[in-house]
Amino acid sequence: MSQRIVVLGATSKIAQEFARLAAADKKELLLVGRVPERLVIVAGDLAARGATTVDFVSADLADIASHPLLVNEVLEKMPNFDTVLLAYGTLGQQARAEDSAEYALSELTTNFTSAVSILTRLSAVLMQRRTGCIAVITSVAGDRARRSNYIYGTAKGALALFTQGLRAKLFSAGVRVLTIKPGPVFTPMTADLPGSHKFANPEAVARTIYREIEHGNRDILYVPGYWRWVMTVIRHIPERIGKKLKF
Amino acid sequence: MFDSKSDGVPVAPPLQQPITSYHSWGRYPTAAHRGVFRPTWADELCRFDDADAPVLAFGLGRSYGDSCLNDGGYLIDVTAMDHVMSFDAGSGRIRCAAGVSLATILQITVPNGWFLPVTPGTKFVTIAGAIANDVHGKNHHCAGTMGRHVTQFELLRSDGTRFVCSPAQNAEWYAATIGGLGLTGIIVWAEIQLKKILSSKIVLDTVTFQSLSEFLDITRESEQTGFEYTVAWLDCLSGRNARGIFYSGKHADTGELAARRVSGGGPKVPFAFPEFALNRVTIKAFNTLYYALKAKKKAQIVDYDPFFYPLDAVREWNLIYGRRGLTQYQCVVPEAESEAFQDILRVISDSGEGSFLGVIKKFGNVTSPGLMSFPRPGLTLALDFPFRGDRTLQLFDRLDRIVLNAQGALYPAKDARMSRSLFEASYPNLNRFRAFVDPHLSSGFWRRVQPEDGR
Repeated sequence: MSQRIVVLGATSKIAQEFARLAAADKKELLLVGRVPERLVIVAGDLAARGATTVDFVSADLADIASHPLLVNEVLEKMPNFDTVLLAYGTLGQQARAEDSAEYALSELTTNFTSAVSILTRLSAVLMQRRTGCIAVITSVAGDRARRSNYIYGTAKGALALFTQGLRAKLFSAGVRVLTIKPGPVFTPMTADLPGSHKFANPEAVARTIYREIEHGNRDILYVPGYWRWVMTVIRHIPERIGKKLKF
Repeated sequence: MFDSKSDGVPVAPPLQQPITSYHSWGRYPTAAHRGVFRPTWADELCRFDDADAPVLAFGLGRSYGDSCLNDGGYLIDVTAMDHVMSFDAGSGRIRCAAGVSLATILQITVPNGWFLPVTPGTKFVTIAGAIANDVHGKNHHCAGTMGRHVTQFELLRSDGTRFVCSPAQNAEWYAATIGGLGLTGIIVWAEIQLKKILSSKIVLDTVTFQSLSEFLDITRESEQTGFEYTVAWLDCLSGRNARGIFYSGKHADTGELAARRVSGGGPKVPFAFPEFALNRVTIKAFNTLYYALKAKKKAQIVDYDPFFYPLDAVREWNLIYGRRGLTQYQCVVPEAESEAFQDILRVISDSGEGSFLGVIKKFGNVTSPGLMSFPRPGLTLALDFPFRGDRTLQLFDRLDRIVLNAQGALYPAKDARMSRSLFEASYPNLNRFRAFVDPHLSSGFWRRVQPEDGR
């Protein structure tokens, strides 16, 4: 059970839907996001929906150099947080990442290395207190690299591996690490993809995540659940065939 | 067009492929849109007077016909603009971004003892859509339409100007936008005054009636005994006599204050039913069974959700009408013209075109601030018909003649085919309204009833 939750990437659609469920359960929330005007809107929404307290810190999470300051601010505003949800990330443009190494690296920074930085810092706090939960949204795209979005997949796959290691480290300290692997979800991030209106409903995805954090004991959560089986099959496609697949 | 002023947050550009995934509730007519813009934040909305085709805001798509569609144009889907901006549990004022649904409002306000001042038969409509259609409900005879309870809203015009409208501020824009079918501008956010309740339960009374005059007697009686919600279900296949069931309700004085949790749950109609599923025999069987089951019940206490929103329990129920969809006919005729009302029922019964959801209600004389508001004193009838092409259209034309002669009107939110002449005859403020229509906004409905205005 969580009580004081830090949401990293709080203006993302899944994070917002998650925070609304937490607000309805009268939790305390600290939102971290980039655009202050939007954080004000989200904070107002969550307060109206019942959150006991809502506050926010505006920061660019991709800017790793700012993290020490950010962590201080988080500790100032919510010193005894017990739960962290990492929900930020960008889909990026695969074609551009293939043309520009700089762009590819900046996507990896946003989706992977910055997450390593912030999670390393925040997990140290929870480890000391020997309690809490760190939930990290990765992606089914990280289970196997695909021709059409392997830069995103690389970052999310690396992030999933990192959470696996972190889980092993924090397990003995009684801190839970939950790796969340959503399939495609209909959010502003994916709105431009073909067929996006048929993707999973972000509200339902958030509900599954929230329920798992509150009452579950899984280490890895696929949402919707059938992706676990889909990805089991996809992971087992032999590479000599996999390399020829265009999707 | 639609470039976000914000810093690099991805914004969907208008797509190149025509988009056919946006339907109205009746699924007739269909529309292919040139592009859909789906903003999440008010700061993504900006001027759109450089658009090369007309634009229209789209909410949860519960309008039945083409008033929410914009074939060949652009849609601004506001459903992702779903932030509640403020709720004061002391005064009962709630301010929401355009795409917040009435379901969300209830979830937040009911536990605090506040209810929607007016609600239509589904909670899955946006606040902006409820204003643009000036929706009414079972308490019309007491509370009037939604427009009467709108304290203020912000309007965005295609040239990028934004201003707040209220009864005191930009009052003429306030009046034009309430019931203005989304044509005066984009509603960015709105604030409404809620109604105090002591319990989320409803005291419900059920009475049967066998004729129209009996219905009118019961209506009068229940209004005098303090029932603020009244509506009746009508079996329009029962022949000459208008058999039906009259429901009257009021908020209970005691009991819990519990909001119905809105989840994605509940059964869902999985696919469009084949057309033969609904015919005179199956509908008549349904009506007879429904009458037999419901007629037995007397006074009871029920939850607000099944009382106001019985059909919300089945998601996408419109699919039972098959792939060709359904059309609804909702008219109002002055009470003095009850002859005309009888004629309407007779024509429907003679046509053999069935309808299970016949709803009849007496509107009161509480006026709306909206120039183009549909409700007016008299009797309103709403009937769903499976859409069967010319057969349905010809029946509706016959009904139109009766409505026109009786100086009645049709409800644009339910309409997919009314004639220009009927529209012009039944909306006396139309000329005043035209001056407020934004040159870059239009809809299928508007081009149909005002073709020379059809951009």
